[in-house]
Amino acid sequence: MNPEAIRDKVAIVGMGCCKFGENWDKAPEDMIVEAAFEAYEDAGIDEPQKQIEAVFCGAVYPSKGTAEVADALKLFGRPVSMVQNYCATGTDALRFGVFAIACGMYDTVMVVGFDKPKDRGVSGPSAVTTGVRGLPMTPAGWFALCAARYFETYGASREDLAKIAVKNHHNGTLAPKSMIKKEITVQDVLQAPIISWPFGLYDCCAQSDGAAVAILTRRELAKSFRDDYVLIRAITIALGPNPQSDPSFDFLRWKPTIYAAQDAYRQAGIANPAKEIHVAQVHDCFTLTELLTYEDLGFAEKGSAKEHIAAGTFELGGELPVNTDGGLKSFGHPTGATGIRMLYENYKQVQGKAGPRQVKNATVALSHNLGGAPQTCGIAIVTMP
Amino acid sequence: MQTAGIRSTGAYIPMLRLSLGAISGGRKASGGSGERAIAYFDEDAATMAVAAATACLEGIDRSQVDALYFASTSYPYREKQGAALIAKALDLRREVVTADFADSTRAATVALRAAVDAVRAGSARNALVVAADCRPAPPRSPLERNFGDAAAALLVGTEEVAAVFEEQVFLAEEIIDVWRTEWDRFVRSWEERFVVERGYSENVLQAIRALLEKTGARPQDFSKLVAYAPDARSLAGVARAAQFDPKTQVQDPLFGRLGNCGAAFAPILLVAALEQARSGERFLWANYGDGADALVVHTTEAVQRLAKRRGVQWHLARRRELADYDRYLNYRALYPSDGDRRGGQGVSATVHYRDRNEDIAFHGQRCRRCGTEQFPFQRVCFQCFARDDFEEIRLADRQGKVMSFTFDYFAGSPDPPLIVTTIEVEGGARVYLQMTDAVPEEVKLDLPVEFTFRKIHEYGGTPNYFWKCTPVRSIGW
Repeated sequence: MNPEAIRDKVAIVGMGCCKFGENWDKAPEDMIVEAAFEAYEDAGIDEPQKQIEAVFCGAVYPSKGTAEVADALKLFGRPVSMVQNYCATGTDALRFGVFAIACGMYDTVMVVGFDKPKDRGVSGPSAVTTGVRGLPMTPAGWFALCAARYFETYGASREDLAKIAVKNHHNGTLAPKSMIKKEITVQDVLQAPIISWPFGLYDCCAQSDGAAVAILTRRELAKSFRDDYVLIRAITIALGPNPQSDPSFDFLRWKPTIYAAQDAYRQAGIANPAKEIHVAQVHDCFTLTELLTYEDLGFAEKGSAKEHIAAGTFELGGELPVNTDGGLKSFGHPTGATGIRMLYENYKQVQGKAGPRQVKNATVALSHNLGGAPQTCGIAIVTMP
Repeated sequence: MQTAGIRSTGAYIPMLRLSLGAISGGRKASGGSGERAIAYFDEDAATMAVAAATACLEGIDRSQVDALYFASTSYPYREKQGAALIAKALDLRREVVTADFADSTRAATVALRAAVDAVRAGSARNALVVAADCRPAPPRSPLERNFGDAAAALLVGTEEVAAVFEEQVFLAEEIIDVWRTEWDRFVRSWEERFVVERGYSENVLQAIRALLEKTGARPQDFSKLVAYAPDARSLAGVARAAQFDPKTQVQDPLFGRLGNCGAAFAPILLVAALEQARSGERFLWANYGDGADALVVHTTEAVQRLAKRRGVQWHLARRRELADYDRYLNYRALYPSDGDRRGGQGVSATVHYRDRNEDIAFHGQRCRRCGTEQFPFQRVCFQCFARDDFEEIRLADRQGKVMSFTFDYFAGSPDPPLIVTTIEVEGGARVYLQMTDAVPEEVKLDLPVEFTFRKIHEYGGTPNYFWKCTPVRSIGW
């Protein structure tokens, strides 16, 4: 493998993101149009039918699939394809867009991440039962499986998790497109009804609808769109074994993140992520997921997350702000859209356009998704040129 | 002709008890006080049968079992055999002869006679009879107060026999006393006095008297009458009429502790009697249902082995009271709720077919190259990546420990929270399992567990079986 094959070769020249939420009055097509036209405007694209040469979509619950995007935007006569990779679906769609540009086949492509779970009539992710062994199970139940052993080994507790929820709720109040804009307290988190121990209601991200769009081009062409374009430094997907059957699993980490981080840092030439990454959007589907991710991404030593949480390392104004837009906690998690929504925040951060959420001198930003049992992780690192 | 007798016994009583007072809602009702055993929401006649049979087969070479007869009036399927399912869960050999003996509370003694005949004739080396019932009764009815859920198993063979059958009388009767048609949700019954006088008492007495006449034995030659009973008073009446002393010469029918457990009733009382028996005792064992039968059971020295196991006494001592009657109704899907847990499409029969060694027999696999044990079946080893080089291993008899857990309030359990665990089975295989017969307070990391065959869910209206884990309960508990 050539770790430098795509490094800094592909530029993001426009991004859009619809308002995330329980979008009862919007179809997936409405959200796609809103995100895409914001991205067109941002990139200065007047004739998308001529300028967008290929489309890469990511959605986990599409009602039609690629036609939803092509029909909404009238992008016909060119490739429109769709990928699915659990919660890393948006990041994986981006990855295919990056490859399409980097290989030289296209000049300008669009990446669309979207999902509309609120049309399904359930307030949370549905409890899935696929077979005899497929017990009634919930994502909260899967992601909780590291809690007991992590707590016992490193002395962390529900209070440490609660502080993550409080931080993300606060950041969400500063993000115009977030769904939830409500400050909460540690007490609120601890007193909420339990969903799946140790997760109470506020330890879980909400379900929401959303769409986000990125427009990519070759680095050499980026200047023709804008001066403050953003480069993709690294992008990867890695899978790990099913933690429920992996005979060597220790329930103290999530292996997919460790695998993906290794690859992403190699691509980016990063040796000390805690210092070299300035801002990060990580997968906070549940508070413990964010905690483990601090360690699995190398932002903190294994077992030290709670000290960093107490010290405010990952808060806005901390050494390495995480989930500056409020994360999945505040935006909800329309699965296919999430990775691109994170990219939208990092794009704004690197451009210096993140308003009250702006992290000073943030030139290297990381986004991270973790999904499935969990078994898949996607990471994207973007920078200023 | 071989001397056929009982080699081994097994019993299973579910952990939960419901007080008879809770069933009658605090109103005064006839039928005595105390409690009854109730199957948990994930148990039925088949799962309880597997538990009793597993206990019965402890220390027995399963490849020597040539027949399995399953006696039950309440096995969930109308068409589709229970014995074949139970044989698979027990990992009996493929050539085992399986049959269901159904539709009558007397099914178990009839099955036992068939088993004894098969062993005597030499067509089976060992034949396992397992009886289980979880009979549906109308909520708050006298039948609901009367019934109990349980299972019992008897292994018939010629070696190490603990008790032999000496003589027997079987009588058939046509009577509509207790019944359930295809369209009845619950067991129904004719008026109690008719059921007891013309059904139970008359038939059982006829069978006992015929047996005494046939053998020339007198009531005082028997240490105990061990008999099915619709209630304790009727049993005492039969005992008196047959000139047995109701106080000293009748096996406790366990009303107020267990309840009338249908097809499993006569066998579980015999198992209880054998657990406490000495060598050389004779029991008169009588059963009722669409006729009656009476058998002479004569214990040998080997009977003392049967006391040292998780039998009837152990299961009676292992109890947890369910105070909430509504919760019991919910276990039986009789409580109005917003979710239909028998709805939906259910599992794919083809997937069930492919996965039956994993799901029903609870097999994992061991890599022949690196020795790593794993679950479910893999084609490529988790550890050394070798392809298709595994041997199947049976996990059901092993113990394990809790690697991780959560209490899921969102997963739609009839008894929330659902206790979800990842278990490391002895040998190293990891299995994602629900925990049953447990409360969150007792769940902790590294807790030792054993495995129990249960209904995992009922989507599509069919009981879908898999294994769960449960905390290891010591014999002395």
